[in-house]
Amino acid sequence: MNYFLRKNVNRLMLFATFICAILAMIPLVLIFSDLLIRGGGALNFDFFTQLPKPVGETGGGMANAIAGTLMLILTASAMGVPVGVMGGIYLAEFGKGRFSSWVRFSADVLSGTPSIVIGIFAYTLFVLPMKGFSGVSGSFALAIIMIPIILRTTEEMMRLVPVSLREGALALGIHRWKMLTFVVLKTAASGIITAIMLAVARIAGETAPLLFTTLGNQYWNFSPLEPTAALPLQIYTFSISPYEDWQRQALAGAFVLIVIIFLLNALSRLIFHENKN
Amino acid sequence: MKIKIEKLNAWFGKNQALKNVSLAIPVNTVLAVIGPSGCGKSTLVRCLNRMHETIGSAKWEGKIVLDEESIADFDPVTLRRRVGMIFQRPNPFPTMSILENVTAGLRLNGMRNKKELESIAEISLKKAALWEEVKEKLHQPGVSLSGGQQQRLCIARALAVDPEVLLMDEPCSSLDPISTTHIEELIHELREHYTIVIVTHNMQQAARVSDDTAFLYMGDLVEHGATKKLFTNPKEKRTEEYITGRFG
Amino acid sequence: MRADFIFEKTTKVFAFLSVAIVSLMGFLLLMESWPSIQQSGFLFLIKKVWDPVIHDYGALPFVYGTLVSSGLALIMAIPLSLGVAIFLSELAPYYLRRPIAFLVELLAAIPSVIYGLWGLFYLVPLLREKVEPFFIDRFGFLPFFEGPPYGIGMLPAAILLAIMIIPIISSISRDVMQAVPQHQREAALALGATRWETTRVAVLRYGKSGIFGAIFLGLGRALGETMAVTMVIGNRPDISLSLFAPSHTMASVIANEFAEASSDLYLSALAEIGLVLFLVTFLVNMIARLLVMKTAKPFAAV
Repeated sequence: MNYFLRKNVNRLMLFATFICAILAMIPLVLIFSDLLIRGGGALNFDFFTQLPKPVGETGGGMANAIAGTLMLILTASAMGVPVGVMGGIYLAEFGKGRFSSWVRFSADVLSGTPSIVIGIFAYTLFVLPMKGFSGVSGSFALAIIMIPIILRTTEEMMRLVPVSLREGALALGIHRWKMLTFVVLKTAASGIITAIMLAVARIAGETAPLLFTTLGNQYWNFSPLEPTAALPLQIYTFSISPYEDWQRQALAGAFVLIVIIFLLNALSRLIFHENKN
Repeated sequence: MKIKIEKLNAWFGKNQALKNVSLAIPVNTVLAVIGPSGCGKSTLVRCLNRMHETIGSAKWEGKIVLDEESIADFDPVTLRRRVGMIFQRPNPFPTMSILENVTAGLRLNGMRNKKELESIAEISLKKAALWEEVKEKLHQPGVSLSGGQQQRLCIARALAVDPEVLLMDEPCSSLDPISTTHIEELIHELREHYTIVIVTHNMQQAARVSDDTAFLYMGDLVEHGATKKLFTNPKEKRTEEYITGRFG
Repeated sequence: MRADFIFEKTTKVFAFLSVAIVSLMGFLLLMESWPSIQQSGFLFLIKKVWDPVIHDYGALPFVYGTLVSSGLALIMAIPLSLGVAIFLSELAPYYLRRPIAFLVELLAAIPSVIYGLWGLFYLVPLLREKVEPFFIDRFGFLPFFEGPPYGIGMLPAAILLAIMIIPIISSISRDVMQAVPQHQREAALALGATRWETTRVAVLRYGKSGIFGAIFLGLGRALGETMAVTMVIGNRPDISLSLFAPSHTMASVIANEFAEASSDLYLSALAEIGLVLFLVTFLVNMIARLLVMKTAKPFAAV
């Protein structure tokens, strides 16, 4: 009797949720296509080789910002990856007591902390005592953002390694640390690499914690103790500027950034699935 | 015949779970489906109310007839009102009280009258031999009951929508012996009004509760016939080997 | 044995660093904001005036902006995200689930600054030229649609925030829904429930607290979101009911003024806003995790 109604409610909900999925994807399509057209269009060889031009002059590029971002990512990874991976190993292998729940709790807190607050932390820890903005303070902030991502994934990945494999290795009479590094860690490696790549993709676009740590720089700089240019910072500064040429550069930069991030995401997924099968 | 199955084939992805199974189930009888695990016995009953196809990669072919009507022509929703199902693990809705659990199907169908709901719940719980144990606590959560009581609650829930057929997929496999006895006694009473198909890995149970038995092996229907005959004088060698415990 | 011992202790030291970082962060934030806390105490959060020139620091406009922008974002994002999650976990044909889930996750990978740039170059002009004039014309008498159509302001900030938290809420609540045991769905289906009724009776009810947790996680993200908001909200410490008026949030004032804060007290006031943000997001995230765990835990036991 009301079966007809129920059937139609079912159809209506299927349709409504489908529309939700479509609506949720519209921004993705819009952002990507807009950046492709206007940002990709503004892209040229100079963008990757030239310094930004001062106001009034057209042309120029973001070569220093790209280099700066690479430098920041490398130094941040040098700090964040060991802490994340080693911490993850600890949690997976030895983490049972109260101490390890504190570690997990801290990682949860870190992953929920707004990146701008992490920026203030890096500022008070580095910029204030060093009396100046610097690349290393920004890398430190980025490293903090990486840690929880890598830590929790490493733990999960190591836990997925079957007990039989561990016991098999231990039965051969090798030390536990050797078993962990050569058997467990090797098996979990693809998952951990995936996590590292996702963490890198995440920090590659982080802007807020760099605003008052690395600050940005219109010139080349390779010293970690000096203000450093970064791609997302440059995009920010140029996009809020009133100059059309800078805005165009910002669009080009955003296009480059989003392509890098999408590639990192796709690649990490590929590595993960390749190894899972 | 209540249900007729003709040349039923069923798959999970590329794995064929049932091969050319044909059998018929008379009205108000109990059919036991036995066989070693993975032989397709669960798949067989899940085809009867088209639960099989709710799993992503699953599909089936062949003909299943309920009261002269092919179930492929039914809407699954209507079909499942006529063919109720009890699962291996008792699965009451944890967010609902005992009363709400029993009346869940009716309320889905739009019944709102509280009196009516309560009286049907009482009848169903009585049929499921649970009424005396829960009548004082109908508003407590369904999951507060013991495992055996939960399973009888699920039976009451299935009975409340007034089905004609009851499918039971190893209903006692997670229960203790006493609860198992309760359920078996219940099956005895229910057969007067319902056609029942019960999957079991327990051959004594099959012998105790069923009129007919079907023995499945690797997706094939090896033998099907009166329970007494099948257990005392099996036609097939594989049946004999299985019921005497030589494999499975 | 010795090597094993050293290995364990080494990893432990690294694990400890996470704890140390969080503790140090809390401590330094508190130290840095101490002068400001001493100056105005709790009044800080409810004082309306923010004027660094005369050293008058009140954070109410920022608190207001943060709450309103996040609240509006939630209003937009919740129905949409739950729709996406239900579609992906329960109703969609199987071949659509993976690709759509992947695309929604990509949405989460887009950096905040790119959302901001897109908002600034595409969303804001659209609002300024089409949407806002339309509303002002017809509903201008309502306080929510008052004022000139700047384009920048509360509305684009809330829209961007909504877009940014949709992937979070939808992917977490999808995870929660998928963690609902299959036997719950089968119980409903076997009673003759339709797919949607199964979702409603078996999945949503079972996963309710986890879904609330997902919403809280989205809120936590929205509260602390900085760049996208900073770029479109207009950065003016006013309190206005109008969706079209420029506003400011706690995160955006830090982003805008921290690098240029000229006095210690100014810096300290900004740090205090950071401290409050830290504590609030901490609280919201903890509630979220507890809620998600509440539904996730029984599964582990099943």
